[in-house]
Amino acid sequence: MIQTTENEITIDAAGVSFRDLNTKLREKVACGAEKIVLLNVCGQRYIGTDLNSPVAINIVGTPGNNLGSFMDGPQITVYGNAQDGSGNTMNDGQIIVHGHAGDITGLAARGGNIFVRDDVGYRAGIHMKEYEDKKPALVIGGTAQDFVGEYMAGGVLILLGLNLKQGEHHRANYIGTGMHGGIIYIRGTVEEYQLGKEVGVAELTEDDYRVLGEYVGDYADHFDCDAKQIMNSSFIKLYPRYLRPYGRLYAY
Amino acid sequence: MRDLGHIQNPYSDGKVIDSCSIFGMMDTSGKRFSGEGIIRAIGNMHFRGNGLGGGFAVYGLYPEHPDDYAFHIMYNSDAAKIETEEYLNHRFDINLAEVVPTKLNEAIINPPLVIRYFASIKPEIAHAHCVNQSQDDYVVSRVMEINTHIADSFVFSSGKNMAVFKGVGYPEEIAEYFQLAQYEGYLWTAHGRFPTNTRGWWGGAHPFSIHDWTVVHNGEISSYGTNKRFLEEYGYECTMQTDTEVVAYAVDLLARRHNLPVEIIAKVFSPPFWHAINRRSPEQQEMLGTLRQVYSGLLLNGPFTIILAHQGEMIGLTDRIRLRPLTVGVKGSTLYLSSEESAIRLICPDLDKAWIPMGGEPIIGSLKSPIIPGSYNQNSAAAGSQGI
Repeated sequence: MIQTTENEITIDAAGVSFRDLNTKLREKVACGAEKIVLLNVCGQRYIGTDLNSPVAINIVGTPGNNLGSFMDGPQITVYGNAQDGSGNTMNDGQIIVHGHAGDITGLAARGGNIFVRDDVGYRAGIHMKEYEDKKPALVIGGTAQDFVGEYMAGGVLILLGLNLKQGEHHRANYIGTGMHGGIIYIRGTVEEYQLGKEVGVAELTEDDYRVLGEYVGDYADHFDCDAKQIMNSSFIKLYPRYLRPYGRLYAY
Repeated sequence: MRDLGHIQNPYSDGKVIDSCSIFGMMDTSGKRFSGEGIIRAIGNMHFRGNGLGGGFAVYGLYPEHPDDYAFHIMYNSDAAKIETEEYLNHRFDINLAEVVPTKLNEAIINPPLVIRYFASIKPEIAHAHCVNQSQDDYVVSRVMEINTHIADSFVFSSGKNMAVFKGVGYPEEIAEYFQLAQYEGYLWTAHGRFPTNTRGWWGGAHPFSIHDWTVVHNGEISSYGTNKRFLEEYGYECTMQTDTEVVAYAVDLLARRHNLPVEIIAKVFSPPFWHAINRRSPEQQEMLGTLRQVYSGLLLNGPFTIILAHQGEMIGLTDRIRLRPLTVGVKGSTLYLSSEESAIRLICPDLDKAWIPMGGEPIIGSLKSPIIPGSYNQNSAAAGSQGI
């Protein structure tokens, strides 16, 4: 461990178990660390879990599953790809992934923002939720695999498809299956059969463009690209057609 | 079986969140390499398993015995060894029999005696019995016979120029026990087990093997009953009370006996949904529809990721809605398959490409079409990449 300045710390995570690493993070944050750089991260799970201050955690390597799960405030930046379950039930903070992220990214998130530069795996944003001012956002620069936005109950999910070639379509199927809250914005378009039965398609309103523009602006800042160029394309909005799509499923 | 309740947990995070770990690596140029890398890689996913099963499959392992069937047999009693060797000696010429070298470590409890035999079918037996069936068929039947009729004896590997090593322990402990870092092969697969429905025992660890096919599996085959009944009609007896067994027999039936290529086998195991088939071209509709009808009993339902391997080929496949993870990496001519990307990065930090394939899309590494080094660039595209 290197103490660069009083509040800036570098930790070599090579060979450190996930429990010891998270214990160390807890200690350092309790002692007032404001920025922690983790080097040689390789599969350690739950990084940043149960931290509740806005500490910046920069990860070099490949963090393990459930990155930032349950966290409440930290700003995690990953220089590499993330695995499955990033932002699991996070309450506040940010996760910025300079690469792709795996399955169930942002699952059950209750607040905070997740920005993924490239693609995400299956079921991104599954059961994200919102309450009053707690409104999570998941911004995906590339494309998603199937069941993106599944059972979404709140929040904002944005699918930019920036790495799609000219004329290439989003490949995800079952988009928004079981969705009953929140909003999905998709750059480009999708076929009717790719959508879950519970979502409707609409044009964006001015309010939508304002919300979208803010998140795209943040995305462009994080990954150094041109927000105007991204916004200068057609988008569609997916919304939940019912608040309780399965309300009658088990009512006999 | 170890009693997990007695293990002290100083972190008091008593909830066990596990799932199996699987890993495969193949140099598609055929160059052999030691097990050192894959042992570290599967060990990096230590916490996915719980120490109740670990194992490895190695191909290109015995170039000095390329044409012999390499029987690897576990014995739990001397009587079983005597009976099995008598059975083998009647039918096979044993060219070499040796105790598989092991090095006991404190994690390995009560291991069976493991002996390997390099054998060929006696000419007169082959002449009499291998007229309407191949020598491989004959060997598969004999293995089934030993495993179902001789108590305390279990053939867990019977292919040529390959072997399975497995047991109860974490995979890195099993590797140390069998000293696998000393071996070389061009294709390795590995498994760390978190048993869900059956107990942890030496034969129940992965890989499961029949002839030279092996399978490592993360997930559950919910269609086990349907698959088992289908396979029984073709003479396969499911005796190990574990779902993964049906995958091994199914691939043996489809690949070795029905001669189907792995691309087609993937469509039998993980077929597209009917409404997705209906959007395909007429030719594809006919082909995919026929497969679903003819082999409906071999559709694998439920969550799974498997890595299949046999001589010269390694295949990664998930269920069609990808309820279990699979990440792919390529470096030079080497193909990596893993439950987690970090395990690949540990032993190969500078991959040419890493991506996450779509559910049901097979990822195939083959000696017949080796990966041309440099054909994968750095621009990763996780979703939507086609298989190799």
